[in-house]
Amino acid sequence: MANKISDETIEYVGILAKLELSDEEKEQAKKDMETMLDYIDTLNELDTDGIEPMSHVFPVNNVFREDVVTNGDNHEAMLANAPQQKEQSYKVPRTFA
Amino acid sequence: MDLKSLTAVELGKKIQAKEVTVKEAVEACFTQIDKVEKEVNSFVSLQKEAALKRAEEVQKLIDDGTLTGPLAGVPVAIKDNMCTEGVTTTCSSKILSNFVPTFSAEAVLNLEKAGAVVIGKTNMDEFAMGSTTETSYYGETKNPWNLEHVPGGSSGGSCAAVAALEVPYALGSDTGGSIRQPSSYCGIVGIKPTYGTVSRYGLIAYGSSLDQIGPVARDVTDCATVLETIASHDAKDSTSVERQDTDFTSALVNDVKGMKIGIPKDYFGEGLDEEVKKPILEAAEVLKNAGAEIEEFDLGLVKYAIPAYYVIASAEASSNLSRFDGVKYGYRTKDYEELHQMYKKTRSEGFGPEVKRRIMLGSFVLSSGYYDAYYLKALRTKALIKKAFDSAFAKYDMILAPAAPTTAPKLGSSLSDPIKMYLGDIYTISVNLAGLPGISIPVGQDAKGLPVGMQLIGDCFQEKKLFQAAYTYECLTEKKWVSMYDKTEAAGKEEA
Repeated sequence: MANKISDETIEYVGILAKLELSDEEKEQAKKDMETMLDYIDTLNELDTDGIEPMSHVFPVNNVFREDVVTNGDNHEAMLANAPQQKEQSYKVPRTFA
Repeated sequence: MDLKSLTAVELGKKIQAKEVTVKEAVEACFTQIDKVEKEVNSFVSLQKEAALKRAEEVQKLIDDGTLTGPLAGVPVAIKDNMCTEGVTTTCSSKILSNFVPTFSAEAVLNLEKAGAVVIGKTNMDEFAMGSTTETSYYGETKNPWNLEHVPGGSSGGSCAAVAALEVPYALGSDTGGSIRQPSSYCGIVGIKPTYGTVSRYGLIAYGSSLDQIGPVARDVTDCATVLETIASHDAKDSTSVERQDTDFTSALVNDVKGMKIGIPKDYFGEGLDEEVKKPILEAAEVLKNAGAEIEEFDLGLVKYAIPAYYVIASAEASSNLSRFDGVKYGYRTKDYEELHQMYKKTRSEGFGPEVKRRIMLGSFVLSSGYYDAYYLKALRTKALIKKAFDSAFAKYDMILAPAAPTTAPKLGSSLSDPIKMYLGDIYTISVNLAGLPGISIPVGQDAKGLPVGMQLIGDCFQEKKLFQAAYTYECLTEKKWVSMYDKTEAAGKEEA
């Protein structure tokens, strides 16, 4: 059942994960993912037909409340964490190459 | 007086009785830290100055009768994935190396309201992903019992700090065993409460449906006292559960007569080290002699817990960790031209290998075409695992099991084979999938003198039963396996 991860798949997953992997890291990632998927495939031994996927053990409902501001103005402390800021905003590089 | 060997509650009593000042309690921690920290490396950062200042404030509130609780003035260490206002919170990652939160985690606030004094932030596996505390960007933590071994993980820094008498108790977090397994390796007591008991607000998320904060300490009384203090319903965490039964210290009763305890046969078979098995079965015998009814049974599905966990936890991690992009906080790469390149370079330079591995796996199992086969399959498996526990708890008050299949492995022996490392969590992981409470208490040592922990697993909201059984065991064995004092002294001397 050995899983095979193609170069294209690793490339695609890298895009989804927003990670830039070196060639060496890509090879390692392929191996790691193949090993993990082989292991995860043991789940296929289980008959889960008709079983509802369980995302939370307790029923989770939307918690509604009035949209009232309860926290104070913290923008200076928050912006202080930004790698770069300009005119009280986060500064990012140009979006299009 | 030897303050560093006192439990949190013992120390709190002496502070209330004015036998010890808060300042003395804090200084005792830093004296021990100066002695052993270079070797053990439990902490990512220490806040000595702030702690001493806070000690003065807390002392005043104790003196004027405002703070009368058991933890008032008692020092605590916080795992570095819980936000602390104004204090760097790194998750042991490079990407958060300079992150200073503007607010504190609810659990930390609850402790501070009770008069706790935070002395430092403890080391962990990067983003809590790991079982050895070796994936930290800030160097590995060592096991105080034997410095050549790991303390376990991911709350390895918290557990090592408590075992090395650097602090009476600490907060950890547990996504797949990260409180119970290092507690077992370090010979201390740690509990992961029922999912939803402690607010996750301010806990930097790894696998949100699995993460829970809990205490690690040197005895059961401390754990019950701390959990009672940090448990709260919090509107800021939509999975927080409103509970009326969080008076956990009321369960500190020396009595297990008539308690029904199930031992899952499938937890005691292949893969379990004989040196771990023996003391755990002896501990079961202690409870049996005290009147507990002990019976073996088949839990089932054990081998499916880890693969299901890695799909679910990695999927949630890949989503949760997408916020680290070099824009609002944390590390940003130096050279970049445009936005996407900046994101990718920042993340690739900022995350370590284990974190990248899980983000990649998580992104894959959530991607179109694989979502049903992997992610939904894992969630269906989770439902079956929960059902298996439900039928066990229809018969038993609790399940008695090992916390880990071995004692602490040697440093450097785990990371090369991820699946082998993941298998170390086989007895703890299903508890997170099912949202259950689990406690680890020390019950013995292997031939090398490394601690062995026993895990008691309860049904949802049944922490009190666990505390009662664990407390009874502790009373009957006079905390024989807990004391770390001599060991730490030895560790300190080796260094000198």
